[in-house]
Amino acid sequence: METVTNRAYAQMVKKASPPSKSARNIPLAFLIGGAICTLGHAFIKLYTSRGVPEETAFPAASVTLVFLSALFTGLNVYDKLAKYGGAGTLVPITGFANAITAPALEFKTEGYVMGLGAKMFIIAGPVIVYGIAAGVAYGIIIYLFRLY
Amino acid sequence: MATNIGQYTLRLDQSPSIIGSAAIGGKKEAEGPIGNMFDIVNYDAMFGQKSWELAESEMQHQAAQKVLDKCNLAPGDIQYLFAGDLLNQLVASHYGLRELGIPFFGLYGACSTMAESLILSAMLVEGGLAKKVMAITSSHFCSAERQFRFPLEYGGQRTPTSQWTATAAGACIVAECSQPPYVRAVTVGCIEDKDIKDLNNMGAAMAPAACTTIKRYFQDTLTGPDNYDLILTGDLGQVGSDLLIQLLQREGYDIKKKHADCGLILYDQRTQDVHAGGSGCGCAAAVLCSYIIPAIKEGKIKDMLFIATGALMSPVSVQQGQSIPCIAHLLHLSSTPNPKPQGGNL
Repeated sequence: METVTNRAYAQMVKKASPPSKSARNIPLAFLIGGAICTLGHAFIKLYTSRGVPEETAFPAASVTLVFLSALFTGLNVYDKLAKYGGAGTLVPITGFANAITAPALEFKTEGYVMGLGAKMFIIAGPVIVYGIAAGVAYGIIIYLFRLY
Repeated sequence: MATNIGQYTLRLDQSPSIIGSAAIGGKKEAEGPIGNMFDIVNYDAMFGQKSWELAESEMQHQAAQKVLDKCNLAPGDIQYLFAGDLLNQLVASHYGLRELGIPFFGLYGACSTMAESLILSAMLVEGGLAKKVMAITSSHFCSAERQFRFPLEYGGQRTPTSQWTATAAGACIVAECSQPPYVRAVTVGCIEDKDIKDLNNMGAAMAPAACTTIKRYFQDTLTGPDNYDLILTGDLGQVGSDLLIQLLQREGYDIKKKHADCGLILYDQRTQDVHAGGSGCGCAAAVLCSYIIPAIKEGKIKDMLFIATGALMSPVSVQQGQSIPCIAHLLHLSSTPNPKPQGGNL
């Protein structure tokens, strides 16, 4: 097509493409993400009320959330929740668990080694890589400036 | 013999016939507006197989078998087979059709494959190189998602411009001129790239290719939208359809009243949560084979243009920051054959 330049077409596309429904998505992310975090806090309360020391109750609550997320991913529920929750289901630790469980389930058909084993971190892998890299960088900064 | 008209269009003077068609759909497709027109509906997304890829292969196999049954033909009656799908190395076609024993050409035209395979089939028949040729394409939501996007259970939000890959397949048999629908002319598209990089807005990427092919066909044949009952694009979805209408408007063609899109026919956009509409090779194939071909046969549609569009990127090229090259192929399908040439060049 000669008459429409790429730049002019990009403008047309922008105009024709409906934007994401932020007015609905953002409050839903807040509510669903908030609900997941509240649930996590409820587990902490539950565990401490049963006499678990606080430093154990915190990781235990995280482990519980990870387990529930993996379970509900397998039951085909988490992705449906995420459809409405968006960032609210992505940001908490449950989102990370879903990002590992989903490819593990999906790529099982390619075998337990090259399928499940290798592809399990296809989405979460970058988070781990750059998380560790950022941790190292932060450690060096603290060391150099002798912050403590 | 076929006649070149203009620079890009080939008139098939013998007007090969599509003598039979079959369409297969999944559960979501069966729940859509044309769900009752499919020949076979599979409510099990796995099609009784152990992987999504094999499920899609099984769907192609069923489509091929069904169209043969409907035409009372055996695989040995078909001289060539053109097939394609969305998967790497065309595994759905290669595994699904390996038992047929028909001389085979694999095609990759992404969502344009139904038009591409039909054009080549019609050309072979028109040229007298074959009596009966089969064209078949498929797509499967689950096998496409895992190859192009994310694992199925991954929790993510789809953008409003994204399209839903259809779990569907369509198969046609093209033979010498005998009954409607007739393939009267074809325009093969060129690869076109308007620098769209958003994988979730394929309709926008493909609309310019559709515009160019349609414009060239109109220019070559000295016709316009008024000469046709229907201008049916494959898989532009809502965004791409709106853009196509605008682009052709700028070229001086108003197709708004004649235009429909397979991606908007296969699903109910409001109730089926498909965002901008359907896509995938199987979308255009299933709509054509279940709904359009019978309508031409019954005379409900007299003259129509079928333009299937394809986005020709790969996940690798997109990750490398490349834009999406696209293509659109056009067929003029009619309830009447081309008039016999009265000597001289028409």
